[in-house]
Amino acid sequence: MAASGLATFWENLRALPRNLRDSLVRHGAPSSDRARSQAVFTNFFLHVHATRIHPRTLSLTTTWGLGVSLIAQFVILTATGVLLMVYYTPSVELAYNSIKDLHYVVPTGRFIRNIHRWAAHLMVITVILHMARVFYTAAYKAPREFNWVLGMMLFVLTLALSFSGYLLPWDQLAYWAVTIGANIAASPNELVHALGLPAAFNVGDLQRELLLGASTVGQEALTRFYLLHVMVLPIAMVLIMGVHIWRIRKDGGLARPEGTPTPAGKGVGTMTPQMQTPSSAPGKSYGLMCIVKGRSPYTGQDPDETVPAWPYLLRAELLVFMITMLVCVALGLLFDAPLKEIANPAVPENPAKAPWYFLGLQEMVSYSAFVGGLVIPAIVVLGLALIPFLDREKEPAGVWFSGARGKRIAAWSVLFAAIAAVLSVAVPVRYGWLRNWFPDIHQLWIIIFNPGSLLTVAYAVWSLWILSRTRSTRLGAIALFTCFLVGFVILTYVGTYLRGPNWEFYWSPADWPVH
Amino acid sequence: MPGRLEPDEMPRRDWLGLAGLWTAALAVGGSLVGMARLPKPRVSPEASSRFRAGSPLEYPPGTVKVLPDQIVRMIATEAGVAALSLVCTHLGCVVGEDADGGFLCPCHGSRFDAQGKVLGGPAPRPLRWLEVSQAADGALVVDAAREVPAGDFYPPTSGRPA
Repeated sequence: MAASGLATFWENLRALPRNLRDSLVRHGAPSSDRARSQAVFTNFFLHVHATRIHPRTLSLTTTWGLGVSLIAQFVILTATGVLLMVYYTPSVELAYNSIKDLHYVVPTGRFIRNIHRWAAHLMVITVILHMARVFYTAAYKAPREFNWVLGMMLFVLTLALSFSGYLLPWDQLAYWAVTIGANIAASPNELVHALGLPAAFNVGDLQRELLLGASTVGQEALTRFYLLHVMVLPIAMVLIMGVHIWRIRKDGGLARPEGTPTPAGKGVGTMTPQMQTPSSAPGKSYGLMCIVKGRSPYTGQDPDETVPAWPYLLRAELLVFMITMLVCVALGLLFDAPLKEIANPAVPENPAKAPWYFLGLQEMVSYSAFVGGLVIPAIVVLGLALIPFLDREKEPAGVWFSGARGKRIAAWSVLFAAIAAVLSVAVPVRYGWLRNWFPDIHQLWIIIFNPGSLLTVAYAVWSLWILSRTRSTRLGAIALFTCFLVGFVILTYVGTYLRGPNWEFYWSPADWPVH
Repeated sequence: MPGRLEPDEMPRRDWLGLAGLWTAALAVGGSLVGMARLPKPRVSPEASSRFRAGSPLEYPPGTVKVLPDQIVRMIATEAGVAALSLVCTHLGCVVGEDADGGFLCPCHGSRFDAQGKVLGGPAPRPLRWLEVSQAADGALVVDAAREVPAGDFYPPTSGRPA
């Protein structure tokens, strides 16, 4: 007995490496297409992929790799962010110095902080490009409407993460950004006051108090924004990102035109699932087939239309990941992340400018805090989020601008949006605005009629006009989205390059007064 | 016949199931409401909004003096002393003085005259005039949380040259 017990033990010990591996990985060696597909199917980390994908997914011009690049940026931001947390101290006395330590003392601290910053900026750009790609290829259409909504949430979360991030160093930028941000949250008070309502209607005060944890900017505000930046927002981001990626699979893979040519050259490649009611299911028990959307298994469709996700898709993703890393590392090596002077509650910088992606917003806010800071952004986000529900025309997904007509509409919209945006800046700069013409005008008129609100209305009217002229909701949507993009770019440009001290207009920073 | 007027009685098992579900939902909802109370502080942690601005003797009529740490401009005339807040009523930046004695906001370009009246830009209200009073020892006290009508000067009762 004792001998055979020992022998068994010896046997088990010898088999330990193999058994450990077998229990860790639930699939065999990835030596054939079948084994690799099985691995994608059974592996927790790989199962976000379909086991087989359409070759069109791999073509560069389908997605430009933007979504995968965003995931790569998020991973880079998480890794560098955790590293920064090792030294960063969220205290108004110590925050600034801990960033200086990171920059000058901590080994690789400056490099890691640079990467964190450039990846964050890259993420804002990439989110917008990704949104534009999905929009212009009509990939938001049924059954992918809700994934577009999830994408809008991720867009807002990205901006919220950027905002809460750049105020952690507690430099001049940080301090005045918190002040302005909290006061934008409180700006409904502007309307309450203009209407002469009692102070009990000041919901803005409550919003500001919840953000700041006090009625002035201080330690409580820093603690709260730190909590948002490292905990609340990233968790929300991971959660929604997970659903966003999962929905790509469940909504039938990437959008693509019906009848897309395939390598096998046969079959009609519609993988877009149709909802199948379980009524056609057998009476007694439900098999998996009955709850899977669409006609499953895909009959009349050659499996040769698709290629295995491993190696083709994984290879493409790895490539995008490497390029993203390369760009972030190169930017981090070449350019240092800026740090302004330590926060001074007595004097803001002049001009006090937000990072570039908020300068369009700052331009809007310089007309009216409530309308420019809350109402218009809310309308824009809601309006964009609802596009898939208001434009339900069936048409080939995956075609840029939905064809030549869409391209023409987009070009005209660029022209219109650019003229309107330039006018909205140029007229007030040249001729002033309501208060310059009627010094005692009631504030309510300025809240309602300001260059920002008029520009928004102009864009909405233009899109509706296109919609009614072309009798196509898709073309109306193209007009609207193009207006949004062009307006964003032009106002950002104005805020970045054409605004100087006291937010006055200058053709170039070289013309700024010296003092 | 069961119908809209005489619906089937709900089976006891379904009723119990629904009751359990609603109990759980109420418990979760109640907890969420309770949790939402926590982030709203009961006591404001910041320093008092009242600060001492010095003896009235420091403010003979005609004095205009900025207290940078308190972000106010003290103005003294024959009528008394007033405190003009330099916090922009738009989004809370600190306004700077321009060449004509008025104010410009560096963040979004609001413009005010020397009395704080809005001349241009997005500011929805004039700069705030703050309540000035006197402490027992005669020192002037400004309360940044209390506003008084524009042009309201506080006449100090003592400690001021006749």
